[in-house]
Formats: sequence, structure tokens, C-alpha cells
Amino acid sequence: MTFDIPDDRKYQESHEWARSADGTAKIGITDFAQDELGDIVFVELPAVGDDVSQGAEFGVVESIKAVSDLYAPVSGTVTAVNEQVFDAPELVNDDPYGEGWMLELELADESELDSLLTPEAYADQIA
Amino acid sequence: MGLLQPPLHGVHDARGAKFTEFGGWDMPVEFDSIRTEHDSVRETAGIFDVSHMGEITVSGPDAEALMQRLTSNDVTALSPGDAQYSMITNDDGVILDDTVVYRLPEDVDGDYLFIPNAGHDEQMERRWKQHRDEWDLDATIENVTADWAMFALQGPEAEDLLIEAVDDHTPDEPTLVQNLRKFTATTVSFDGAQCIVARTGYTGEDGFEILAPWDDAEAVWSLFDAQPCGLGARDTLRMEMGFLLSGQDFNAEENPRTPYETGLSFTVKLDTDFIGRDALEAQQAEGVAEKFVGFQLVERGVPRHGYDITNTDEEHIGTVTSGTMSPTLGEPIGLGYVPVSYAEPETTIHVLVRGKPKKAVIKSLPFNQ
Repeated sequence: MTFDIPDDRKYQESHEWARSADGTAKIGITDFAQDELGDIVFVELPAVGDDVSQGAEFGVVESIKAVSDLYAPVSGTVTAVNEQVFDAPELVNDDPYGEGWMLELELADESELDSLLTPEAYADQIA
Repeated sequence: MGLLQPPLHGVHDARGAKFTEFGGWDMPVEFDSIRTEHDSVRETAGIFDVSHMGEITVSGPDAEALMQRLTSNDVTALSPGDAQYSMITNDDGVILDDTVVYRLPEDVDGDYLFIPNAGHDEQMERRWKQHRDEWDLDATIENVTADWAMFALQGPEAEDLLIEAVDDHTPDEPTLVQNLRKFTATTVSFDGAQCIVARTGYTGEDGFEILAPWDDAEAVWSLFDAQPCGLGARDTLRMEMGFLLSGQDFNAEENPRTPYETGLSFTVKLDTDFIGRDALEAQQAEGVAEKFVGFQLVERGVPRHGYDITNTDEEHIGTVTSGTMSPTLGEPIGLGYVPVSYAEPETTIHVLVRGKPKKAVIKSLPFNQ
């Protein structure tokens, strides 16, 4: 099975992605992660204004069969939350890199992006 | 020790199934998506490989006496081809396992067959042999788990699919299947393989369980044009019905429960003599302190095995034994034991989801009635 790994973003070993632009980053989970979890039925996320820290838990995603913690790939302050995934968590399955995004952060330290995996390195990890 | 594999492990793997360990077996948990598989069973038909279930045959002059004393239901009520749901209890009336007991059709070798849960077959084989010897009964006990594959074809279209698959050199067999009542079994030939087919299942839908000789498993499985389903969908389907999962909704060591606490009093026949009978008679007279209930969360969250149940004053009153997001209802549902004073439908309780109390209400079972 091959998984989609877009090259316009970076990845964390725990299967979250971050796509940065102008001091902000959108984050979500990877195609591999959504496939492993199966049918996603519930997402718990922080609120706008909350701070998250790189590597720390920021929320939970639940599929029919499992509960998984979400780990922040970068530190920052939440500027937007994708509220659509509360009512339609299946968006994370259907479009994990697009409509199924989770948070937008104002980056606390852009250099943290350098510590994340490149698409190639992430592809090697899940191979 | 490595995990046991069902005879179709390679076939499932090639089909892209994901696997999980269950009762010492490496079993398919998901083929396509739990939701897709679940919906197929509710709307059309799905087929499960449940070859991890145990099979033990009991035969001989004292087979009936032995079965009667080791199971809680009344085996003397069974005619050849009949099946019954029953409990295997200890001296305290605590459920060691739940099982289906078959009085085998007359054209099958053996008198009785019972189906212990995955990983329990050796324990039950020992229990049966030990008591046979202790009571000096004349019965032959054979653990035939490795001889039989077992499939569950379930859903409103299951009967049509089964009839299509029956060998055409025996023209009466479609009628045989149509006439098969719930909880009865017969022998049917598929692709030349003599199989035992029973109108049973654990999904709440009409359906059949098929025992196929291990070596014929692939040929029989491939005859059924139904959605392959894994244990994940089996779990969501049985939870919607409020059916127990051995080891999780009852567990003789970690969560000892009696048939009365689980609400399955119909499996207990106190006018028969079986291990645990006296304890159960006393419990029936006194009444149970706790009852198995279903509940639905009315706040966001999903109840899971092990989460605490509290009352609205935040006092601990129980533990969730099973929980999921119901694919049929689209609502989070769970099962567990609570004191009888909280067991009435529409009673409000709380479930602690990652430490946060979420409001839930007790519901009548099955959920999808």
C-alpha cells in the first residue's frame, strides 16, 4: 500500500504534518495515520488562543477501534481550529492534508521546523 | 509462542486485511473499513472468519449427563440439530465462558458440540475431562478446534447467498436452508465439503454460522459473495445488540459476573443440576446488586473499556466494559455494570472520558431496536 506524502510540508515521527507559511503553520495527521486508525469518529482539539509545545499532546483523535493522542509538531499559539472536523470527523480520513486539517498556529520558533522529517525521511519511516 | 492462524490467514493477508491478536490467534480485524463492513451486515450481508472460536465434541453414553452438569442451560431440551446459548459457571455461579451447545445432527459423528471462546478451548477440554473422571462418567471429549474453520455469514441477504452456494447435486438443500429455524443446525455440502450450518450468529441480524473442514476452508469461503468483515465490525455489531464479549464484559478473574448480573437469566435452568446452580439459586432469591446496562453518551466523546462510570454527584458507581461510536446510530454507546438503582432506562449517569465527566443516559438493549 502506498500513502500520499505531499512534498510541501514536513512530518513528525508520530505521524503529524506541519505546513508553514508567513510565520504560521497548519497541522494535521498523515494519510498513513488516518489509514492506520480507520474510521475516525471523534476529534478533540485545543481552543483558539491556547499554546501548544513541540512534542507535547495537543488533542485526541478516535476511530471506531482506537484512541490516539495527537502531538504538536511545532510550538505556537492556536490561531484557528478546524471546527468542521468536530461535526464531520470523517474529513480526516477523506482528506487528511486538506479539508481534514486540525489547527493553525502562530509559530513560536520557526527553527523548530528544521527538526521535523522531510517527506523523503517520513516515507522511509513508514516504509 | 507464536500466534495461531486461521486457515485463510494468507487469503486475508492478500486481500489487504489488517490483523490483531485475539485469544492467542492472529485474526483479521478490518478488511476495508469497520463502518463499511458494519453497514454491509445491517443492510446486505457480510462474512466473518471466526475460526479462532473453539470446538469441542462430547460423545458417549454419559455425554448428556456431563453436558448437563457443566453448562447452565437444559441440554435435555435439545433434539438432534438443536442449539442453545449457555453459560459455563464455577461453584460461585461466576461465568467462566459463554457458549453455544449443539446437539449434533444425526448424520454427524458425535453427540454434542460446544463452542468455547477463542483461547478457552484447552481450558474447557481440561474441565470436561477432569469432571468426567471425577464423576466417573462414560464420555469421549475431543478438542476439534484444529479440525474446523468457522465462518459467520450475516445480514438480510445471508439466506439467499447461502442457498446460491449450496451444491446443486443435492436439490433439496436450498429448502433445507430455508427451513432452518433460529438456533438449529444441519449438514450442508458446499463444493463437495460436508459442513455444519447453523442459523446463529452474534450480530443481531439473520445469518448462519458455518463449520467447514479446515482443509476445505478456502473453497467454502470463496463461494460466498459477501463483504469480508473483520473482528472490528463484529465488535461494533455485537455492542449495538448488547451482546457480551468474553474476557471484556465478563472475566472470571478481573470482572467476575454471574448470568443474572448480565441479564441472561434465560440461560440458567435452576431445575437442572449444574456447577454453580446453588450459588445462582441464592442470588436469584436475594436479587443482584449490579446489572449489565447499555448507555448512550449525550455529550461529545466516546466511551471505552476501563473508563469510570459515576453518578451525577461524581461518585464512582461502575466501569465501562465495552464502548464505541455506533456506526448504525451515529452515537457513542457503551456497556457496563451499575448498581440496580441506576439501571432504569433514561437514568442519567456520567462517564469519565479522559478524566472529564460526560453526561450519558441508560438505554434499553438492544440499542438499535
